[in-house]
Amino acid sequence: MSVNNDQVRHIAKLARIAMSEDEIAALVPELNNILGWVEQLAEVDTDGVEPLAAVIPAKLAFRDDVVTDGDRRDAVLANAPAAAHGFFAVPRVVE
Amino acid sequence: MTDLTSLGVAQLRDGFRGGDMSAREIADAFNASVAAGRGLNAFVTETPENALAAADRADRDRASGALKPLSGIPLGIKDLFATEGVRATAGSRILGDFAPPYESTVTAKLFAAGAGMLGKLNMDEFAMGSSNETSAFGAVVSPWRRSDGGNMSLTPGGSSGGSAAAVAARLAPGVTGTDTGGSIRQPAAFTGISGIKPTYGRCSRWGVVAFASSLDQAGPLARDVRDCAILLEAMSGYDPKDSTSLDAPVPAWEQGLSSDLKGKRVGVPREYRIDGVPAEIDAMWERGVQWLRDAGAEIVEISLPHTKYALPTYYIIAPAEASSNLARYDGVRYGARVAAEGGLAEMYGATRDAGFGAEVKRRIMIGTYVLSAGFYDAYFTKAQRVRALIVRDFARAFEACDVILTPTAPSAAFGIGEKTDDPIAMYLNDVFAVPASLAGLPAMSVPGGVDGQGLPLGLQIIGRAMDEQGVLNAGLAIEERSGFTTRPEAWW
Repeated sequence: MSVNNDQVRHIAKLARIAMSEDEIAALVPELNNILGWVEQLAEVDTDGVEPLAAVIPAKLAFRDDVVTDGDRRDAVLANAPAAAHGFFAVPRVVE
Repeated sequence: MTDLTSLGVAQLRDGFRGGDMSAREIADAFNASVAAGRGLNAFVTETPENALAAADRADRDRASGALKPLSGIPLGIKDLFATEGVRATAGSRILGDFAPPYESTVTAKLFAAGAGMLGKLNMDEFAMGSSNETSAFGAVVSPWRRSDGGNMSLTPGGSSGGSAAAVAARLAPGVTGTDTGGSIRQPAAFTGISGIKPTYGRCSRWGVVAFASSLDQAGPLARDVRDCAILLEAMSGYDPKDSTSLDAPVPAWEQGLSSDLKGKRVGVPREYRIDGVPAEIDAMWERGVQWLRDAGAEIVEISLPHTKYALPTYYIIAPAEASSNLARYDGVRYGARVAAEGGLAEMYGATRDAGFGAEVKRRIMIGTYVLSAGFYDAYFTKAQRVRALIVRDFARAFEACDVILTPTAPSAAFGIGEKTDDPIAMYLNDVFAVPASLAGLPAMSVPGGVDGQGLPLGLQIIGRAMDEQGVLNAGLAIEERSGFTTRPEAWW
């Protein structure tokens, strides 16, 4: 499988990266090189092999349903590029 | 008095306890060394006042008889760790002046054990790189130079390049690093020091900026095996704030150190002999085999049949996880924001385009692609299946041996700029390191000698899950026999 300019533009959109046309054009051969290289996995017989997501069988621990943290609004907002009235501030979303 | 920067963690600890020097004197010496080493670009942020404050506490604790395990020891901290009130950059522009309002579990443990912080260490952006050249703060320069008389700047490796350079150049007696696909072991090998990635889950990932969460592990880099054992002991332990943290006691690794390998079997995997690797690497590997035999171990040939597929597997899984993890950098909650014409989506796009460097974008794009509708099974699920086979390879090999010995990297350090044009050539640097990462196994690099140009080469020891002790002990056996004392000349 290989990608063209349109597909790379689409991936950039999914990834929310506003790339210039030059950046997209440069990425097409780079991504194709990498994709071509990883495609060697197709030759591995994986019939009947379960996909492995975690090396340590994860058993999520339970804990008592009590508050362990919180009440730190100002600390949480301290690094925000924009904050107002105790909230993160973003460009207008709804007209 | 001895130059205190010539001493390692254990020597400083014992000297401080014995009254040979004060913690203040140690901190002063390393703060001065950090300032004198700025030409290496190893630190992104220097925190001499933090090191001094910790030293003064250590001096008071010694006076009152309340010594802690790392009292008097100043450390460098990779800039991937959240440090309360001290900027954490992850080597990226996108975090701006982010000053975490909390402390990572690993650094909190180190500081609670009495250690101080010399500063935050430079690294590849979001730990994505093998040469430190992807850092938004510029490449770290290795203290090592080739013996050809040229002054070409060499890479210290990556992504923990600032960490490795700081230890090799004696700017810090020990440091933290992180390892996703070799980022502790390869820089340790390139700079003639030791470094260990523990079993996945030993060190809490809480407060460590996430790259690929199923692979990321913290660990120490230091001058020798004992120092690594001391630091790893302080960094490890169960943490309910990390859902993949291992709920197991931390062994007394330093106390358990023994270079007597009688009754141990060392596996030598035939698939790690690959074309194009310099003969010097094979020769060093063979010397390593002899050293471990001399230490009493039995040598057995083993097979890890899926080794050649580890790297392409990694370059699907790691970018996929990264593309998901790095979605949080949206210019809303922290970091730099770039305003754009339009609305929220345009702000996201402009912020991420300006904030991420080329390699990070490349990996986010690969990751987004392999996770996208229509390609998920062909790439991502396939890679997860091959990963299962790689894990199975190791499980079978460990029926016949106790530890595995391999080279750490397929070459010595290369020049800055020599491999930046070819991403795949750069990725191949981690060909020996990545399989143990995919299997979550403890693995360390120790110096194995120098090449014809006088540059360090590393030997890697891979152990069973939870058997850091076996890895450290084999590392110690090599260290005692290699006679590796070569140091870079202080030209900086």
